[in-house]
Amino acid sequence: MRAAVSMAIETRALRKVYAAPKLKKRRSGGPPPPGSLPSGPPRPSGSPVVALDGLDLAVPTGEFFGLLGPNGAGKTTTIGILTTRVLPTGGQALIGGEDVVSHAVAVRRRIGVVPQRPNADRGLSVVENLIFHAAYFGFSRALSRSRAEEILARMGLADRADARVEHLSGGQQQRLMIARALIHEPEILFLDEPTVGLDPQARLALWEILRALHTEGRTIIMTTHYMEEAEQLCDRVAIVDRGRLLACDAPAELRRKAPGGTLIEISLDGAAAPVAAAARAIGGVLEVEAHDNTLAVYHPGGGEAVAPLIGAVQAAGRQVTNIRLAPPSLETLFVSLTGRKLD
Amino acid sequence: MLLALLMRDVIVVRRELAFFLMRTAMQPLMFTVVFGYLLPRMGFVHREYTAALLPGVLAVSLALAAVQSVALPMVADFGFTREIEDRLLAPVPSWMVALAKVISGAVQAVVAASFVLPLARLIMGPIPGLSAAHIGLVFLVTLFGATAFSVIGLYLGSVIEGTQIGLLFGIVVAPMIMFGCAYYPWRGLDAVPLMKYVVLLNPLTYIAEGLRAVLVPAQPHMQLPVVLAALAFMTGLFWRLGLRSFMKRAIG
Repeated sequence: MRAAVSMAIETRALRKVYAAPKLKKRRSGGPPPPGSLPSGPPRPSGSPVVALDGLDLAVPTGEFFGLLGPNGAGKTTTIGILTTRVLPTGGQALIGGEDVVSHAVAVRRRIGVVPQRPNADRGLSVVENLIFHAAYFGFSRALSRSRAEEILARMGLADRADARVEHLSGGQQQRLMIARALIHEPEILFLDEPTVGLDPQARLALWEILRALHTEGRTIIMTTHYMEEAEQLCDRVAIVDRGRLLACDAPAELRRKAPGGTLIEISLDGAAAPVAAAARAIGGVLEVEAHDNTLAVYHPGGGEAVAPLIGAVQAAGRQVTNIRLAPPSLETLFVSLTGRKLD
Repeated sequence: MLLALLMRDVIVVRRELAFFLMRTAMQPLMFTVVFGYLLPRMGFVHREYTAALLPGVLAVSLALAAVQSVALPMVADFGFTREIEDRLLAPVPSWMVALAKVISGAVQAVVAASFVLPLARLIMGPIPGLSAAHIGLVFLVTLFGATAFSVIGLYLGSVIEGTQIGLLFGIVVAPMIMFGCAYYPWRGLDAVPLMKYVVLLNPLTYIAEGLRAVLVPAQPHMQLPVVLAALAFMTGLFWRLGLRSFMKRAIG
């Protein structure tokens, strides 16, 4: 018996392990070709990659939900599993109450997917991409064509209908991907890092489109590693890193959880731990965290603490290699949870 | 929806029909010119050789067309951007996407063979013993052969990477064509017993012999039921292998 299906998307203890990649001997010793290894933190060669380690998510219908995390966090893997393109190693994922593995075909009817890289069918023109995608979903020829023209107009691509896909700009290709994802009127839309590589204008235009789609009542899941994107668009944001959920709440609530004060992040030429005590002793400092060679100091006055901090660092026999200041935000929350930056 | 998947291929191939025909017909037709026209003229081979050659040339065009039509686009499909995702997101079981590719490849192969047949006949002139009595059977053998090589194309396309295409043609396709009884009849290998049994592993042998059985029945050839059974078996085998590799690439 199904529980009341107000949850559009649910994952329970979702787990994905990629088998150890076969590392070929390389004559030159150069870097592996892009895409051949899953990205992420370095690990002992030959060991399996745990992309997801027990992820629990629940997204109600109509929510704009964000997955925020750095590269290698497992965001793309999560989207891959939820959109039936990747098989989970353990746990369960449900879309509208239906399991993505056993009911893949039914799930595909209800979702639209905008992939990380535009991958329109290069053998077809812009409008043909949409017409055929609609036809794959069972729409008649006539209906496919009229819907395609309607959506192209909405995305501002009407004048490029007969163009070849290669002749579109990056922003236009992204809009084509969104058009393709929407053509069969899905209830749930997935977007994987939709604004990577777009200029600021194209990015803002895309945000407007997404806000409009959200207003129409669609459930939207978006992954991103841009903090401001998550804050601007999402009802709730899940912060993930290395396959685990670190925090999940509305952006305003998450900001409240972020350690107060401005974050002063100082990179040193050696271990930061010995300096932590001296840093805490500085007047007004709220909190100090030492991760490897980085000292994270929270101070309400921001720049005021910089001079005494540098003094403390040098007194401990270290040199400063970099300083960064950041006001309280999702990023400072992320840094405090993991010791690393978002990108 | 299977129909929509097939229509997409029809449209894309129709756009590049000229290139497609050139790519698949060039090698067999060049071979025909040299071995079916020039050498007989020069007196290096018997006139009768053309009877053994024509079915073989057809078989090669079938095989090349089927493998190329399926394997090459798949390499792009599974490449960096994964263009195939469009079709994998359609509300159909993923194996249907693979099936659509096989059907489309088989059709293209039959089209290529239909193009090569009259041209080869034209190049070689009258062929001793050429019979049009069993057109239905010609079509049957062609269909079996086209399907067999399409599923081989499915398997090859899903196990190789883009950078290995050259290797594929050098190490797999070229030997397959040379050692597949395409340019010589199987019976002729009585003189080289080892080869006689090695070529039995090659699906091309059966297509070539099957076409000899229905086009030039007076010439020595393998029995048709044996040919069809062998092709059916190989089709089944490579469909299972190909589908498994396809699914692994499609759903990581």
